[in-house]
Amino acid sequence: MSFAEVLEKSNAPNLRAGLDEISISRVERTLGRQQVDFSDFLALISPAAEDYLEVMAETARAITLRRFGRIVLMYAPLYLSNECTNSCLYCGFNVHRDIPRITLDLNQVFDEAQQLKKLGFGHILLVSGEAPKYVPVSHLENILNLLREDFPSLSLEIYPLSYPAYVQMVDAGADGLTLYQETYDRDVYDIMHPAGKKKNFDWRLDAAERAGQAGFRRFGIGSLLGLNDWRYEAIALAIHADYLMKRFWRTQVSISFPRLRNAPEDFNIPAPVSDKSLVQMMLALRIFLHDAGIVISTREPAGLRNSLIPLGVTQMSAGSRTEPGGYSHPSEEGAQFMVDDHRSPAEVADAIHRVGYEPVWKDWDRVMHEGYRNAAYNQRDAQGSNR
Amino acid sequence: MTTKHNDPLIIAGRNFGSRLLVGTGKFSSSEMMRQAVDASASEIVTVALRRVDLTDPQDDMITALQGGDFLLLPNTSGARDAEEAVRLAKLARASGLEPWIKLEVTPDPRYLLPDPVETLKAAEILIKDGFTVLPYMHADPILAKRLEDVGCVTVMPLGSPIGTNRGIRTRDSIGIIIENASVPVVADAGLGAPSHASEAMEMGCDAVLVNTAIATADNPTEMAIAFKMGVEAGRKAYLAGQPAVKKTAEASSPLTGFLGK
Repeated sequence: MSFAEVLEKSNAPNLRAGLDEISISRVERTLGRQQVDFSDFLALISPAAEDYLEVMAETARAITLRRFGRIVLMYAPLYLSNECTNSCLYCGFNVHRDIPRITLDLNQVFDEAQQLKKLGFGHILLVSGEAPKYVPVSHLENILNLLREDFPSLSLEIYPLSYPAYVQMVDAGADGLTLYQETYDRDVYDIMHPAGKKKNFDWRLDAAERAGQAGFRRFGIGSLLGLNDWRYEAIALAIHADYLMKRFWRTQVSISFPRLRNAPEDFNIPAPVSDKSLVQMMLALRIFLHDAGIVISTREPAGLRNSLIPLGVTQMSAGSRTEPGGYSHPSEEGAQFMVDDHRSPAEVADAIHRVGYEPVWKDWDRVMHEGYRNAAYNQRDAQGSNR
Repeated sequence: MTTKHNDPLIIAGRNFGSRLLVGTGKFSSSEMMRQAVDASASEIVTVALRRVDLTDPQDDMITALQGGDFLLLPNTSGARDAEEAVRLAKLARASGLEPWIKLEVTPDPRYLLPDPVETLKAAEILIKDGFTVLPYMHADPILAKRLEDVGCVTVMPLGSPIGTNRGIRTRDSIGIIIENASVPVVADAGLGAPSHASEAMEMGCDAVLVNTAIATADNPTEMAIAFKMGVEAGRKAYLAGQPAVKKTAEASSPLTGFLGK
């Protein structure tokens, strides 16, 4: 069964509606349990659990320490292009926006990567708008081949690809794929994505499955918080993460919490998410999914990011530039979104130390990917009938 | 107190004065890690190859571990199959580390449980290639013998899944492994308290490996010392010959005393 079918069958809207009926005593029963199930997770994201955030935080912290220890993996996005054929209402790369459009050539990508390497990053996230004309699969392949010797881990945050194209990406050296559904609500999705390839909800929703079959080792999923009711999104994310963990049991799944804070002037955030709600969502997902990575980007301000670390965060970006070429030539123009944490990577690392955690710059080794590619071949053969 | 001279742990003909092996992951800083390692008095310290850059002389973790009176034992944490583990091991050897390897093949990123098939396969390849292999494994007595048969110098059964702090949940199987082993048995993973380490040693394990419980303690240095003491106490109790556990009380004036001897 594909995830689209799983989501449909889960009847997430009904589950969401039921949250308002959950009692305080149900929440308290959940908090006394060692291992929580999905119905417990629902209790933790219910309005009734809002007064229990401190207890939830202590539980989430203990789980994270046991599973991940006192470490935070550092990564940086490298924007390849802000060309985009989509017209996502909330996005700085929207095709209708009048911004300087840039696509980095291989030399420029190399220069950007060297800047990140000098800053200490070993884990890079390659990001691009949906513009296959400017950033075709062949260009991505060349970029991966160019960077693979210099970085232990290369992940992609690009437009959804076909299964064969994902295979090409893995073979060229990509080990991770980040792809946010933005919202798991079809109606809201339709409104937010009025035109362009991204309008196809199911093509995006099932991309992780194509990627999993191609052999990606890490998945990052997330909802763009602010587009829709966060509790509905939390339910869908939990179901999605649980599905991916079971379907691709060798793959590490991480959940990101990108929150719309400084949207474009012509866009009103439909369902703003407060700090308190963000924390409740994060804690509940951690308590339900002990092994999921939790990612907080520079969309959030420094103070909040510092405070979130002990609650279960396992990965953080730092010093991010969201305009292509921004590390070599910083500019405010052409950015996808404005970052709110303007600290340098070294400053973020210091802050992580100060709250008692170790910033980790390398947690993977390129030499493993070579063996991994062979394993991926076998896995693809074994799963051939599924694709 | 056990010492190198009166009760050494012997692995592949090499003597170690401590029966506590420690891991280096999950600490809040490299400095804290080193302090805890020193406090543990461990003579075998494992380091995940994926965490270090062996080509970089300034690598934080390697730098922090320099100058220690212990064997630096690289591990293949993160390897999903035999091929990846073998590649990592060769990378370590090529960088100049001793050809000792703690073999970990854990394809499942959730519970980090070892893959018995790939572990055995990797062990065979590495041993033929001249490595001294210490494999992390399920508490499976047959697998333990198979690993021993191919030349592993220890077996390292898990007490419970890595990082769970649940203690020795595989007690009966570890007992069988100890009974049948002709190489040292090192209880690895899941030991969350010094009492768990004591329990393993009292059972007859030759050593234990601890990481999470020390690294994530509020005071890792003190916890390292506590584990050291727990290991020593458990070993002493084992050597002293613990009295057997009985199901019923034994009266000081036995009911059959009238029968005489």
